[in-house]
Amino acid sequence: MSDVEIKTLTMNFGPQHPAAHGVLRLVVEMDGEIVERCDPHIGLLHRGTEKLIEYKSYLQAVPYFDRLDYVSPMNQEHAYALAVEKLLGIEAPERGQYIRVLFSEITRILNHLLNVTTFAMDVGALTPPLWGFEQRELLMEYYEQVSGSRMHAAYFRPGGVHQDLPAGMLDSMEGWIKQFYPFMKDIENLLNENRIFRQRTVDIGVVSADQALDWGFSGPLIRASGLPWDLRKSQPYDVYDRMDFDIPVGKTGDCYARYLVRIEEMYQSARIMEQCIAALRKVGGPVRVDDRKISPPRRGEMKGSMEALIHHFKLYTEGYKVPAGETYTAVEAPKGEFGVYLVSDGTNKPYRCKIRAPGFPHLQALEMMTKGHQLADMSANIGSLDIVFGEIDR
Amino acid sequence: MSEALKELSDHIAQAQANVVTKAEIRLGELMLDTTPDNVIALLTYLRDDPKCLFKQLIDICGVDWPEREKRFDVVYNLLSVKNNQRIRVKLMTDETTPVPSAARVYSSAGWFERETYDLYGVWFSDHPDLRRILTDYGFEGHPLRKDFPLTGFVELRWDDVQKRVVYEPVKLAQEFRRFDFLSPWEGAPKVLPGDEKAQEAAAAPAPAPAKAN
Repeated sequence: MSDVEIKTLTMNFGPQHPAAHGVLRLVVEMDGEIVERCDPHIGLLHRGTEKLIEYKSYLQAVPYFDRLDYVSPMNQEHAYALAVEKLLGIEAPERGQYIRVLFSEITRILNHLLNVTTFAMDVGALTPPLWGFEQRELLMEYYEQVSGSRMHAAYFRPGGVHQDLPAGMLDSMEGWIKQFYPFMKDIENLLNENRIFRQRTVDIGVVSADQALDWGFSGPLIRASGLPWDLRKSQPYDVYDRMDFDIPVGKTGDCYARYLVRIEEMYQSARIMEQCIAALRKVGGPVRVDDRKISPPRRGEMKGSMEALIHHFKLYTEGYKVPAGETYTAVEAPKGEFGVYLVSDGTNKPYRCKIRAPGFPHLQALEMMTKGHQLADMSANIGSLDIVFGEIDR
Repeated sequence: MSEALKELSDHIAQAQANVVTKAEIRLGELMLDTTPDNVIALLTYLRDDPKCLFKQLIDICGVDWPEREKRFDVVYNLLSVKNNQRIRVKLMTDETTPVPSAARVYSSAGWFERETYDLYGVWFSDHPDLRRILTDYGFEGHPLRKDFPLTGFVELRWDDVQKRVVYEPVKLAQEFRRFDFLSPWEGAPKVLPGDEKAQEAAAAPAPAPAKAN
């Protein structure tokens, strides 16, 4: 019998591939249809955010955070705002905190809607993204109303939020939430029992709880592996400790569990939104700290007061100085733990701002999850990881 | 929270006295200093000790302090899901001293160390695959070092004759401007010409004011 030589095929996947969710390049070694090795090449969207932040004042650094994970901008601003507040030793006023929680949850729904529906598209369903994007558009209108921008909001600032909600917004949001629950039922009807969807996701990319810890998983991924870990509960920030919500936990740790966790999180986010709206109707007061050395004066005030004019000028040119120190502050972003490690040397610019993006370790684990699966399962795995290259490449 | 952190700090400082050079709690966050030789032992201990159980490596990053002899800090952020605690391990190194790789202790360390190597040039020994990760193929230099200019050294453009992307030295139409914002009222030293004797006479010298860079 002659020797049979088995040759693995090295294949290039991406960087321009619809299932790569951005600019992911994978070098995949295939044995037939089975993935033997997969090496992600990242960095194609590297913009040097951390370097740029070192050359900007603390306030000017805020918009960079929108552009990291451009699907969940406000959560990242939240992490940065909390880190700066911690170094400054200030706390946002109550109303500002409620607004931040409200918009964090809106952002979570925005993110999960995009992920769940495009994940469905990766495994063969086209209707969910078409439906989901309509809802996303409605939510982005709220973004636009408060900040003037649909995505890159720069709305959460150190010390609170930039401005108060416009009149009538809470009523409109309540209306949106009412129609959101039936919409979610529709999405679930499309996917939950869908034969193709389940065949493509159940038992694909199984991650055990130990593996999830070892690989640095967080967010929906660690919960899908059976660990009830959520920073909003375990290390609550702002007013999350006053919110009543549940943490969904998956049992199997496969792609389907990750999908289910995200679906349930959207219901919970809508619940938190309802509670925030109810609270915001009662809680008045300022939305950002009333310290003119940190937050700029109102425009109207500036027209009449010399002091306000000076403060405004100083804050928008020099900015404020942050006492020397360092902190690692993390929030539960929709994709997982988004952290900011901020080192201040006492000047008006961050000395070092390391951005800990959840997608970075998640993508690293792709090889572990995909080894031995078929090529088509790899795109299911990528979809369920919920990666966005803005945050991974920074 | 802070009570438990203090207790943990004492526990670690006692058990790992020869490994931990300093333990302190600042802004409610526990920080341990160690040395490159001891970091693997310390991380393994932190992961496995029943009182610590820092099973998750959240992040590894570098910080550059060019004025120091050992210019780099390597910072490990760990999280214990079991005890709901965070800890930060720091060590100092320079361009030539290698740091042992934590990839055998935590699988997630691989990419974080590649990133630190890429951006700072910190060398991790025994790393399974220490390549650049974020910068371009064939990139030279370590961009997050403080002596690396913000604009970089090369820029690229599409060359229509050669039909490929070419690298060229950066051409700036205007010099990069960096303003010194340290306030003349708060930052600059208050010295009146000819008034040096008054300062010498002052019994308690004023705290050294921040110097303009």
